[in-house]
Amino acid sequence: MSLKALDYESLNENVKNCQYAVRGELYLRASELQKEGKKIIFTNVGNPHALGQKPLTFPRQVVSLCQAPFLLDDPNVGMIFPADAIARAKHYLSLTSGGLGAYSDSRGLPGVRKEVAEFIERRDGYPSDPELIFLTDGASKGVMQILNCVIRGQKDGILVPVPQYPLYSATISLLGGTLVPYYLEESENWGLDVNNLRQSVAQARSQGITVRAMVIINPGNPTGQCLSEANIREILRFCCDERLVLLGDEVYQQNIYQDERPFISSKKVTTMSFIVLHFIMNVAKVLMDMGAPISKEVQLISFHTVSKGYWGECGQRGGYFEMTNIPPRTVEEIYKVASIALSPNVSAQIFMGLMVSPPKPGDISYDQFVRESKGILESLRRRARMMTDGFNSCKNVVCNFTEGAMYSFPQIKLPSKAIQAAKQAGKVPDVFYCLKLLEATGISTVPGSGFGQKEGVFHLRTTILPAEEEMPEIMDSFKKFNDEFMSQYADNFGYSRM
Amino acid sequence: MRRFLINQAKGLVDHSRRQHHHKSPSFLSPQPRPLASSPPALSRFFSSTSEMSASDSTSSLPVTLDSINPKVLKCEYAVRGEIVNIAQKLQEDLKTNKDAYPFDEIIYCNIGNPQSLGQLPIKFFREVLALCDHASLLDESETHGLFSTDSIDRAWRILDHIPGRATGAYSHSQGIKGLRDVIAAGIEARDGFPADPNDIFLTDGASPAVHMMMQLLLSSEKDGILSPIPQYPLYSASIALHGGSLVPYYLDEATGWGLEISDLKKQLEEARSKGISVRALVVINPGNPTGQVLAEENQRDIVNFCKQEGLVLLADEVYQENVYVPDKKFHSFKKVARSLGYGEKDISLVSFQSVSKGYYGECGKRGGYMEVTGFTSDVREQIYKMASVNLCSNISGQILASLVMSPPKPGDDSYDSYMAERDGILSSMAKRAKTLEDALNSLEGVTCNRAEGAMYLFPRINLPQKAIEAAEAEKTAPDAFYCKRLLNATGVVVVPGSGFGQVPGTWHFRCTILPQEDKIPAIVNRLTEFHKSFMDEFRN
Repeated sequence: MSLKALDYESLNENVKNCQYAVRGELYLRASELQKEGKKIIFTNVGNPHALGQKPLTFPRQVVSLCQAPFLLDDPNVGMIFPADAIARAKHYLSLTSGGLGAYSDSRGLPGVRKEVAEFIERRDGYPSDPELIFLTDGASKGVMQILNCVIRGQKDGILVPVPQYPLYSATISLLGGTLVPYYLEESENWGLDVNNLRQSVAQARSQGITVRAMVIINPGNPTGQCLSEANIREILRFCCDERLVLLGDEVYQQNIYQDERPFISSKKVTTMSFIVLHFIMNVAKVLMDMGAPISKEVQLISFHTVSKGYWGECGQRGGYFEMTNIPPRTVEEIYKVASIALSPNVSAQIFMGLMVSPPKPGDISYDQFVRESKGILESLRRRARMMTDGFNSCKNVVCNFTEGAMYSFPQIKLPSKAIQAAKQAGKVPDVFYCLKLLEATGISTVPGSGFGQKEGVFHLRTTILPAEEEMPEIMDSFKKFNDEFMSQYADNFGYSRM
Repeated sequence: MRRFLINQAKGLVDHSRRQHHHKSPSFLSPQPRPLASSPPALSRFFSSTSEMSASDSTSSLPVTLDSINPKVLKCEYAVRGEIVNIAQKLQEDLKTNKDAYPFDEIIYCNIGNPQSLGQLPIKFFREVLALCDHASLLDESETHGLFSTDSIDRAWRILDHIPGRATGAYSHSQGIKGLRDVIAAGIEARDGFPADPNDIFLTDGASPAVHMMMQLLLSSEKDGILSPIPQYPLYSASIALHGGSLVPYYLDEATGWGLEISDLKKQLEEARSKGISVRALVVINPGNPTGQVLAEENQRDIVNFCKQEGLVLLADEVYQENVYVPDKKFHSFKKVARSLGYGEKDISLVSFQSVSKGYYGECGKRGGYMEVTGFTSDVREQIYKMASVNLCSNISGQILASLVMSPPKPGDDSYDSYMAERDGILSSMAKRAKTLEDALNSLEGVTCNRAEGAMYLFPRINLPQKAIEAAEAEKTAPDAFYCKRLLNATGVVVVPGSGFGQVPGTWHFRCTILPQEDKIPAIVNRLTEFHKSFMDEFRN
């Protein structure tokens, strides 16, 4: 008798335990409905181009030329490509050995890593070492590589915000580590309270967990808050005291829609346009500002990507991480792990190079680049406002303002009748709500339970990415659905919230 | 059927979610819950002693060599190991210090990276990619003067497959459906058996696909994977990273790196007797680093072996286009299995393909796919989930994977130039393989099997005892000692056989056949001269 090669039971338990809601049940159902011909508005993933955002022209021109280097020898190339794109393509090709078709250094092209280091220096005002910057196939790959180095087994804990982007819970689960949650305070606009952190760590330790690292997502995903400088200082002090590596997920560093807490680099204006100067306060800068011992002792890994910002080039899979205070022999091990994957894809490396060194004033493509970038960011800002206001006008829905990132994370106060109905249907209550929303309106969201939330409180996450002109209609149809849902399940005993 | 699968998948998600809520083994709930662990005080004590025992100056940092994942420390990847680091330093030094060396350039024969050594990309593929990357070119009339008509047609067709024509969007986690359709049709044309686009997972090169399968199959060191020795170190490295056990089987150098079923059986039984649950068999065909192309009959035996023993067959078929000898032909394992009458229910088979190899050699694109057959829907759902955590593979790599599986056809505008480029590259590779093989075989104490396929030669060097002793004195493996000497004398970078595994007491190195033809005579000369002087120095 032949044995079963691959029984479900015999699979790696860590794989089975892993959850990834962004592409989970709701997404599958939405895809199914789409195949049946229903119009679906995918707001489940921060995937701007899928919802109609156009790519920035200049970087696409440069990469297109790098794909087809024979065009550079064609006397007619200037008819369809501007001179600065041609020059830039030549520049990037000169940084490679073998163009887009050759594996690069496993850490990424040295020339591009140098451009990233220069960008960080311009942004923060402190030098950055290209040797400590690794390019990756998107930020997710980088997070996985780093967590793989940190997590030795179930006794190793990683502090992760709740609600969190499920990449963290999924990866920790895949690697067999333990997620140690710390709760963001919804009533404080998703603020991070260091006392909560201390409690979480103490509790984890009492259960025999060695807490090794802390993740912050700034601006927050799914919560959209921007951390204040004072808050970042507290976090760094905390990591120093508790000897934690800080993983700074700063992929939304240019997606900020409020004006109280941006960071505008002081020594920029000469070289960079306004648009590339508008950042959140990056952890690496605060770490350096604080001086020793923090600047010497806190280990920081900061992640960035070409998928977010005003670029939204998700399909390229480009990213980097920068390491601070990681000892050389550990860097070598991380290099080794990177080398097993050979190299990140080269066209995305060039996208990264272009992202950190966009056209400059005086370049032929500068005006168009600024126009396009500004258009996207300003529209995102308006959409963030429309969405928050829309949610807050709905019955039993409260929503913090999206200060940054690309998401709105309203709380849905589900009546107990709705919760009972969900139980009868065998669903988590927010999944139940989101499925009903999907069936009624075609809006595909992610239930809050996929990100983690306090017991008995329910949310959903939408992106703020649907086209601006469609936004009023989407919010109307949401409101109509919600208010009907709320009256259908209304009860006289108040809300389920404790 | 579709709906059934999806409903089942949904059930699974619900089920595991409920489990997650109740048991949630690795998610610390806000309410403390006793964990089956050592008492808290003790475990804190443990962690602080290990910190104190760390002696280097960085011991106060949370992440140091002493405290990183030991699986990371354990894994090795020789293709980019020590020798390559030395080579990179030499290359840097050569820029300013040319006269200090008996050579003027470093020739990288360590890695199958053809375009880094001057191989040109297939023009049609790149035209299509350039158009897809900057789709507004398609609206410009001048474009017709600069691009072939079929590349323009193809770009349109591809963009029409992509929702919203958005090449900058994350795709379906398995890859864009329309591209998977094209790939499935390409597999079908290759094998003469149907392929299902839903079986295809597009990945950033073949390596992440291999990692995914290892992650799925390996829970602990009690789980084993039968891997060839010599092997491409991706397998040893990924097995180590995922904490499993590599169960070696030896390829027989004397019979042209033949794969003996009797040896497979022996190794399998030995592993089982040690309590290892062997989950899968890795076969690399054409072989890396060994270059052999399996005979169809041998493949049938392998398929039957996997079926009988309940092993997943992991078929690394990334060199499927690289066959150089008229007496051998590539047959996919899926075709062999289906020819034997085995269907979905009979054998679990994963075939890996990449855009990095073949005549295209597009390593930098990180494109590839795996075709997963004979897996139940609940298992496949787990693979999908793993793919989805990483969102999707890069779109331009996905497009290229579809192109290599459906190149221009007779009658297409680009067909003739495409064929000329393709045949030029493949026949040149065959020529280079032969020249290098002959040169190696003419060296004292060196024997080299022919490269029937793939991109490598793997000569055996019978090292004199004195050389072995000299290596031991330097605490280096004897073949690594030889390779370092070779590098320092000639600038030629090869990888020691010890990085791939070899029969104990034998020594080899791996050398790619990829330097351009005009460089080959000089390489042969340098190698010959070096070897002669090495032997003169160490001959018994």
